[in-house]
Amino acid sequence: MSNEQETGTTPARGPANEYEREPVPVGARLGFGSFIGQYAGEHTAGTELMIGPLFVAAGVSAFDIVGGLLVGNLLAVLSWTFLTAPIATRARLTLYYQLEKICGRNLVTLYNLANGVMFCFLAGAMITVNATAAGIWFDIRMPGLNDLYPNSVGWVVAALLMGLLVTIVAAWGYRFVARVANVAAPWMVLVFLAFGLVGLRQMGVTSFGQFWTDANTVIWKGGAPLPGQVKFTFWHVMFFAWFCNMAVHIGMADLSILRYARKSWFALATASGMYLGHFIAWLAASILYVQQLHVNPANTAVLPGPLAHNACGIAGLICVIVAGWTTANPTIYRAGLAFQAIVPRWSRYRITLLAGAIATAAGMFPAIAMKLLDFVALYGLVLMPMGAVVFVDFWLARRLGFQPNYAEASGARFNWAAGLAWLVTLAVCLLVVRAGGIQIYFVGLPGWFLAALLYVLLSRLHQRKDLRVAA
Amino acid sequence: MRIATQIASGVALVGTILPAVLFFGGSLELSQLKTLMFAATVVWFVATPLWMERKGAS
Repeated sequence: MSNEQETGTTPARGPANEYEREPVPVGARLGFGSFIGQYAGEHTAGTELMIGPLFVAAGVSAFDIVGGLLVGNLLAVLSWTFLTAPIATRARLTLYYQLEKICGRNLVTLYNLANGVMFCFLAGAMITVNATAAGIWFDIRMPGLNDLYPNSVGWVVAALLMGLLVTIVAAWGYRFVARVANVAAPWMVLVFLAFGLVGLRQMGVTSFGQFWTDANTVIWKGGAPLPGQVKFTFWHVMFFAWFCNMAVHIGMADLSILRYARKSWFALATASGMYLGHFIAWLAASILYVQQLHVNPANTAVLPGPLAHNACGIAGLICVIVAGWTTANPTIYRAGLAFQAIVPRWSRYRITLLAGAIATAAGMFPAIAMKLLDFVALYGLVLMPMGAVVFVDFWLARRLGFQPNYAEASGARFNWAAGLAWLVTLAVCLLVVRAGGIQIYFVGLPGWFLAALLYVLLSRLHQRKDLRVAA
Repeated sequence: MRIATQIASGVALVGTILPAVLFFGGSLELSQLKTLMFAATVVWFVATPLWMERKGAS
């Protein structure tokens, strides 16, 4: 899972250098290597330590998890490469400016609100992860796998302190934490690797030759999920791995990052993040959780702090705190930026403190972290339809006889075709999940086609005739 | 100075993963692994900021 969405300005650069409302010029474009490091660091986050164990709690088998992650991550890389990057390297605009041209300022404001709220909850999950590390030192009672509400005063205090720390730093010390994140990235990847090796040894695996045999019979045995969890198959894992970053590839948020790429194929660099963070780190974290269940089957709590501490001691705990902190920090910052677009009179500090307060309150409730698989799927689903709108508008609008960048061409502040495509798709998908019994991991793909179709039909109906383009 | 800190960072990275490899191979106790990894972590975070490029990718 990552939090790399750009909402425009980052504090490391002044607005003049951000090319927020102009294409990135040739001189500012970056090489392939820049993206390898960036994606590897961004996708090795604190939440990886939740996701791996939750797969185990969902009763995955070895083939389900290894095969599902290999295929799902490949599909994610291909989505970045063939959906996001071709538009990013042609238009070279941020998602937000491109959306403003298509949707109008008021609809982008609504999108920002949705984006900001989702960011706050995501940061809340990271604060929860950090609080599990603090819990080790202060021996507080921590939440269990099926806990939705805070279960002790100590837990509330731990989450509050972690949230305060993250929020204050996000408001005043963003640059410092951004630098810590860069410095920590290579070390963090190796600590995740160490988690896996230690977990394997503790499970009795002593050579790579016996890995696959033990993977099937000892580690990921499959079978029934833990009580309160949904059973995961190959398809669940594959779609989860593909769509957990749906907001940024299919949802197009990474237009803001990949617009700096000299070539569109540089998006293949996302494989570094997928296969280090979303393959090795998830597998390693899941092995630690299996080991915990092996030692005490009654201990089903998914608590990254204790898991990391048991495996690698204080270095493991530092890894949890750094991974959670360095990803929660920009998430809160970007939530603040998204909200600031709605209330531009508020100062950056004030709005970041507000976003941090929401995230901290969310972090006290373990529900988001313990249901992280569902939340991440929802996060992608909420932002996905706008990606379909951008894709259709960029590639198909003229061919299908309607005006691309309609809001810019017409002066509209709310493009109803885009707005309805977004909201109707979301409503239909959620209805299918709630009433149809289809799991949320499976509605994103048909949802994308529905959003694209709706945008085409509604644009043909809604656009002023004088602005239509001959097909 | 820069080269010295870079070497220290390299040693720290090796010190982060090597104990886990040795533990996996049965050549190290878990308590030793934890001590070595903590020491490597300290070295990494002291040495690396002294040389690592400050500017991010985007």
